[in-house]
Amino acid sequence: MKAKLVLENGVEFTGESFGAEGETTGEVVFNTSLTGYQEILTDPSYAGQIVTMTYPLIGNYGVNAEDLESVRPQVAGFVVKEYSEFPSNFRSTGSLGDWLAPHSIIGIEGIDTRKLTKIIRTVGAMRGILSTADLTTAELLARVKRSPEMTGLDLAAKVTTHEPYHWNSIDRTPFALQPQITNDPGRYKVVVYDYGVKHNILRRLASYGCDLTVVPASFPAEDVLAMKPDGIFLSNGPGDPAAVRYGIANIGKLIGKRPMFGICLGHQLLALALGGKTFKLKFGHRGANHPVKNLRTGAIEITSQNHGFAVDPNALDPKSIEITHVNLNDHTNEGFRHRTLPMFTVQYHPEASPGPHDSDYLFADFATLMASA
Amino acid sequence: MPKRTDIKSILIIGSGPIVIGQACEFDYSGTQSCRALRQEGYRIILVNSNPATIMTDPEFADATYVEPITPEFVERIIEKERPDAVLPTMGGQTALNTAVALAESGVLEKFGVELIGAKLDAIRKAEDRELFKAAMDRIGLQSARGGFVNSLEEAFKIAESIGFPLIIRPSFTLGGTGGGTAYNIEEFEEKVVHGLTASPIHQVLIEESVIGWKEYELEVMRDLKDNVVIICSIENFDPMGVHTGDSITVAPAQTLTDKEYQTMRDAARKIIREIGVETGGSNIQFAVNPRDGRLIVIEMNPRVSRSSALASKATGFPIAKIAARLAVGYTLDEIPNDITRLTPASFEPTIDYCVVKIPRWDFEKFKGVDDTLGVQMKSVGEAMAIGRTFKEALQKALRSLEQGRFGLGADGKDPVEVRSLPETERAEWRKRVLDRLKKPKPGNIFLLRLGFQLGCTVDELHALTAIDPWFLYNIKQLVDFEDELASVTI
Repeated sequence: MKAKLVLENGVEFTGESFGAEGETTGEVVFNTSLTGYQEILTDPSYAGQIVTMTYPLIGNYGVNAEDLESVRPQVAGFVVKEYSEFPSNFRSTGSLGDWLAPHSIIGIEGIDTRKLTKIIRTVGAMRGILSTADLTTAELLARVKRSPEMTGLDLAAKVTTHEPYHWNSIDRTPFALQPQITNDPGRYKVVVYDYGVKHNILRRLASYGCDLTVVPASFPAEDVLAMKPDGIFLSNGPGDPAAVRYGIANIGKLIGKRPMFGICLGHQLLALALGGKTFKLKFGHRGANHPVKNLRTGAIEITSQNHGFAVDPNALDPKSIEITHVNLNDHTNEGFRHRTLPMFTVQYHPEASPGPHDSDYLFADFATLMASA
Repeated sequence: MPKRTDIKSILIIGSGPIVIGQACEFDYSGTQSCRALRQEGYRIILVNSNPATIMTDPEFADATYVEPITPEFVERIIEKERPDAVLPTMGGQTALNTAVALAESGVLEKFGVELIGAKLDAIRKAEDRELFKAAMDRIGLQSARGGFVNSLEEAFKIAESIGFPLIIRPSFTLGGTGGGTAYNIEEFEEKVVHGLTASPIHQVLIEESVIGWKEYELEVMRDLKDNVVIICSIENFDPMGVHTGDSITVAPAQTLTDKEYQTMRDAARKIIREIGVETGGSNIQFAVNPRDGRLIVIEMNPRVSRSSALASKATGFPIAKIAARLAVGYTLDEIPNDITRLTPASFEPTIDYCVVKIPRWDFEKFKGVDDTLGVQMKSVGEAMAIGRTFKEALQKALRSLEQGRFGLGADGKDPVEVRSLPETERAEWRKRVLDRLKKPKPGNIFLLRLGFQLGCTVDELHALTAIDPWFLYNIKQLVDFEDELASVTI
C-alpha cells in the first residue's frame, strides 16, 4: 500500500507502507544506529516521534521477545529505506511489520532516507505526518501544522507508569553483561522515577544489587523519602524537560537527601532543579556511536544516545557543580556531578540496548555512592 | 599524549611481491603510513623489494631500499641507517614475520631499535595459535575445539576424538598456505603431511569443523590510553570453510541483532587488550553457529590486513594512516576525523549504505588447479561497490569485476536462458545447478540466480550452500525483479 510522509516545510516523500495502516503525526528525527531497531522502537523516549533510520536495510533479523525496552513499540511512526519482510536470525520470532501492525505503528519504506536526514540536519527536527490514506499533500500539510510542537510538550506524563511497581529481575539471556550480583540482590533499596524508563536500566540496576520500586513521574517527594530508599534514580524519557514542572519540583525537594543518579531526561530535570537551563538541539543526538570524553579519567566512551534537548553547562554554578562528561562531536554537556552532595547524572545511555557497553561503570559508581552514603 | 620525540627515524617494512593472499592492500597501507609519519617529521626508511609499488616512489620515504624482505637484508639496512624504531604492522604477514625474526635473533636489541605498533609478545600471542587459544581461554571466550600437533601420529589421535570433517591449519603461513579441510582419513593424512611441511615450525592445528557457520570480522583500533573503537563489522556471504579472501563479504553485518553485535564487540575489546596490541588496527574473525548463536573466536591479525583496506574504503576511516599516528604516541581523540575534519577519530563510523566485496579468480591461468574454494586463498583480486541496498552494491560489484558481466546475469552471457527453456530440459538443468552448488566455487553467485529461476526455494539453496537465507532472499528479489522486467512489453 502507498504511504506518504509530509514534513511541515512542505517536503513530501512517497513510499510503500509496512506495519499498520492509518495516519500519525510526530517530530521527525533520525537515528544512526546500525543495529537495534527493536530496542529503539520500544524506547519510551521516542514517544511522539517519527523515527527514521539512517542505515538503509531494516528488518533483516526480525523481532524477538528479548530485545524489548518496554512492553510495546512507542514511536509515532517508523521510516526506512528498505524494509526486509524476510527475517533471518536464530532468535527471530517473526517479521518487523507483522509485529508493528497490531500495535498500530505505521512504517514507510522505499523513500530516500538520506535526503530526509539531510533536510533534518540542515533545517532541524520538525513535525511530520505519515499517512496511508489517499490524501493530497495540502490536506496532509494542514494536519501536520495542527499537530503539537515538541518544545513545551510534557510527554513523560503520557508514558510513565500509573501505579508504583516492584522490579528485581536481571537479564537472564546469554547476552547479559557482568556483573550479575545474585547472592545479595536486595542490597540497595532504590526508588526509580519513571519518566519513560527503559527496561535495561532496571535490569542493570538490579544486576548491581538494587531492589527497585518504580514510581510514576508525578510521585510526591515526601512519599519517596517515606520509603527510606538507599538511592533515587531519575530515568530517561521523552519531550521537553522544562515542561515537566512537577518533576523538577519533586527533584528539588530530594536534592542532597539521598544518593541520586540521573540519565537523559533525568539528567536534564536535575539540572533544572539545580537552577540550570536546558535548550533544544537542532537535530538532537540519536545513535550508538557518539564519542564522549570522561573529563575525570580522560577516557573516551562510545555511547548510546537519544535526546533532542541538552543542558547548558554555563548555567550551572561551577562552585557546586563539576562537569564530568562532554560530547566530542559538538562539545555539548554529557554529564555532571555535585561537588559536595552525593549525586551525578549523564545525558547518554549507560544501559546501552541498543549500543556499546562502554559506560556500564556508571551503575557501579551509583552502587558505590550508595554504599558510602 | 603528544607524539613521541624520543624517536627520530622509523623503518617501515613493505610486503614485497604481489602473490595470491597478499596483494596491493599493503602498498595502500604502507603508503598511508609513510606519508602520515613523514608529515609528523620523522625520517622514514623503507624497505620493499617490489618496485611496482607507490610506496617505493622517491617522495614517500627519506631512504628507500628495494631489497629482499629477509632478516639478513633488513639487518644490513638497520646497521646502515640506525633507525630508532621499526613499524612492522603495515606490510602484511611478510613484514610481521621479518620483524619477529629480527627481534628474536637479537638484531633489534643490538642496534637499539624499538618495535612500535605491536610488540613482540603481542605478535607472538596473536600469531601462535597455541598461545592464542590459551589467551582466549583466559578471558572466557570460546574457540574451536582441537589441538596442535607436530606429527601425523598426534594428528590421528585428535581426529579420533573429534571426528570428521576437520580443518588443518599450518602455523605461521601466508594466506593459509598448506591448509585444508579433510572429510576422511585419506584426505586427512595428505593434508596434515602437506601442512607440516608448509609450516616453518612444522606444526599444524587440527580443529573441529565449523563449516557452514556464519563468519564475521571486526576491525578494531586501540591507542596508548587504552581507548578501543570498532571501525567496521563485516559479514561474509559465504559461510565458514571459504577463506575470507575468497568470500563475498558485506559491510556492515546484516543479520546480527544489537545484543549479538555488542557481545561480539565486547569480545573484540577483550581480545585486543589480552593479546596486548598497544596501538593501531587489528582484525578479529568470529564464527557464529546459525542454529543457536554460539560465538567462537577464529583468529586475530595484529596488523592492518586485506580487510582493513576494505573497511577503510567502506567507512572513510583511514585505518593505516591513523594506526601509524597511534604508533608514535597520539591518541584517538587527538587525531581529526578525515571525513568531518571537525570531530576526532575517537568514534565508531556509522554508514547509510551497504558495501559488497567480490573476489576475482583467474583459474584459466592456473591449469590443473582445483577451483573448489576452501581455507587456502585462491583469488587474485577483488572489486568493492557501495550501494543503498545490498542488491545494488552486489550488482555494482559484479559489474566492477571486469569479467564482462553486467550484473547478476540477464546480460546475454548466461549459460542458459531459463525463460525460453523447454519444460523437458528444466529438470536436467535444475539437477546440474544443484549439483554444482554443493561445492563453493567461483561463479556460484550466478548459479544461485539460475537455481531460483529453475524454481528452487530459499530453504533448498540454504540447505545446499549454508549461505544465510537473508542473502539468498535478496538474490531471489533480484531474480523476481528480472522476471518482472522481462514480462513488460514495450
